[in-house]
Amino acid sequence: MELNDLYRRVIMDHYKNPRNRGEMQDESVAIQLNNPTCGDRISLQLQLENGVVTDARYTGEGCSISMSSASMMTEAVKGLKYEEALALAERFSSLMKGADEEFEELEDIEALSGVNKFPARIKCATLAWNALRKGIESQK
Amino acid sequence: MNINAIREQFPILHQEINGHPLVYLDSAASSQKPRSVIDAVSKYYELDHANVHRGVHSLGSRATDAYEGAREKVAKFINAPSPEQIVFTRGTTTALNLVASSYARSICREGDEIVITQMEHHSNLIPWQQVAKATGATLKYIPLQADGTISIADAEATITSNTKVVSVTYVSNVLGCVNPIKELAAIAHRNGAIMVVDGAQSTPHMRVDVQDLDVDFYAFSGHKMCGPTGIGALYGRRSLLENMEPIEFGGEMIDFVELYDSTWKEIPYRFEGGTPIIAGAVGLGAAIDFLEEIGMEAVDEHAKQLTKYAYDVLSNVDGLTIYGPKQDRVGLVTFNLDEVHPHDVATVLDTKGIAVRAGHHCCQPLMRWLNVSATARASFYVYNTTDEIDQLVEALIQTKEFFGYGIE
Repeated sequence: MELNDLYRRVIMDHYKNPRNRGEMQDESVAIQLNNPTCGDRISLQLQLENGVVTDARYTGEGCSISMSSASMMTEAVKGLKYEEALALAERFSSLMKGADEEFEELEDIEALSGVNKFPARIKCATLAWNALRKGIESQK
Repeated sequence: MNINAIREQFPILHQEINGHPLVYLDSAASSQKPRSVIDAVSKYYELDHANVHRGVHSLGSRATDAYEGAREKVAKFINAPSPEQIVFTRGTTTALNLVASSYARSICREGDEIVITQMEHHSNLIPWQQVAKATGATLKYIPLQADGTISIADAEATITSNTKVVSVTYVSNVLGCVNPIKELAAIAHRNGAIMVVDGAQSTPHMRVDVQDLDVDFYAFSGHKMCGPTGIGALYGRRSLLENMEPIEFGGEMIDFVELYDSTWKEIPYRFEGGTPIIAGAVGLGAAIDFLEEIGMEAVDEHAKQLTKYAYDVLSNVDGLTIYGPKQDRVGLVTFNLDEVHPHDVATVLDTKGIAVRAGHHCCQPLMRWLNVSATARASFYVYNTTDEIDQLVEALIQTKEFFGYGIE
């Protein structure tokens, strides 16, 4: 196992310079999720209009993997229709299971592919995506 | 104490993890097992196994002797007055739940108090929350001082004549501090309360004497002291155990069963419904033999020296915070590296073959008191060396560099 497989530069960049971190004032839905085994927690706020995720922000506490994944996810889903966002979440799950997924315009996300070699950390990476899924499904 | 000879007896230690020799610093979560314990469990299954307390046949007698022999070893190990006062359980959690569900629920009323501390493991906290909710009793906390320890004065102020139960851990699994159990028991008794002790972290390291401590219940687990998982014990004062109702009903625990009523066996059997964890008890007995052969005083001294050494060298790492008091620590050091989440610390250490625990250590209220969401913890046992602690420190310095300068 090589550390650089896990902690790619782009992951550390999202960890140290998080995108979309902070509270939203006018969210359509807010989801709190914990990872009770390790104490990671995320609060995700989504603005949803006419079947589209128009904005996404988050706050929370956790390791570099969970927080960078949240940062990347909020960047990736803005402007996506519900189905597209859910499909992306599905592809992210496959990536974590070791599948060869390509995220053309979203190369940042692909940097998390190394997590699948660290089974104990997969839950960290999927926390924000599970919150996204829960948020969209609550609107259906 | 010949550390190399001891290490030789632990087969699991002699392997590489991620290309590095294993450095196992997570014994406070679960210790590794010496060959003698592994062999005792397999020999029991190879030669002596049958169900206990019922077989007329020879194997049934041998299994019963092995199981009851283990109970005698446990009683002697913690200086219980008699083996009947040792109830075998699945571990500390089950033992504490038995006291809470049977004893405490039957005696607590509205206006009564249950006193614990904020450093308790969830297993010595949630059972009491549940008793308080079910009975209307009030759950109270002895406050923690700045270094995380508790003071006798605070205990005196918190425990009152309304207190029915005081339940405190002997050694904190996060702070590593030793609580003044004997003094707490005296305060509890003076107020008419009983004293319950979570011995999960103390029993692996210290010479425990339940009569000298004068406690009413003492719970511990086998797997943290070289024994198998799935076995632990509850010591109880005879007069209390004899008046307690079972919380599990079925085979092995009954005296007479009629259509609409039943009576229970004497203690401890009435609390051991179902076929017990026979092989686990045999393994726990072998673990006690292993520790007694080294000598608990030597076991204790070794962990104390390692912990002091670790505290000192870790204190010298820039940007590293240690939680809990400096003095009188048993077997562990909990810490955080500035700017690096403990999960990331644990993952980096794992790539170097070093196993530490990262997370809330089943102590969420204590994490909130420390104002952190999680911490990393290195814990030590009979087979650890100062050389391993040096490797930990080296790896932590590299972790800091990796996270500090690895990206720009």
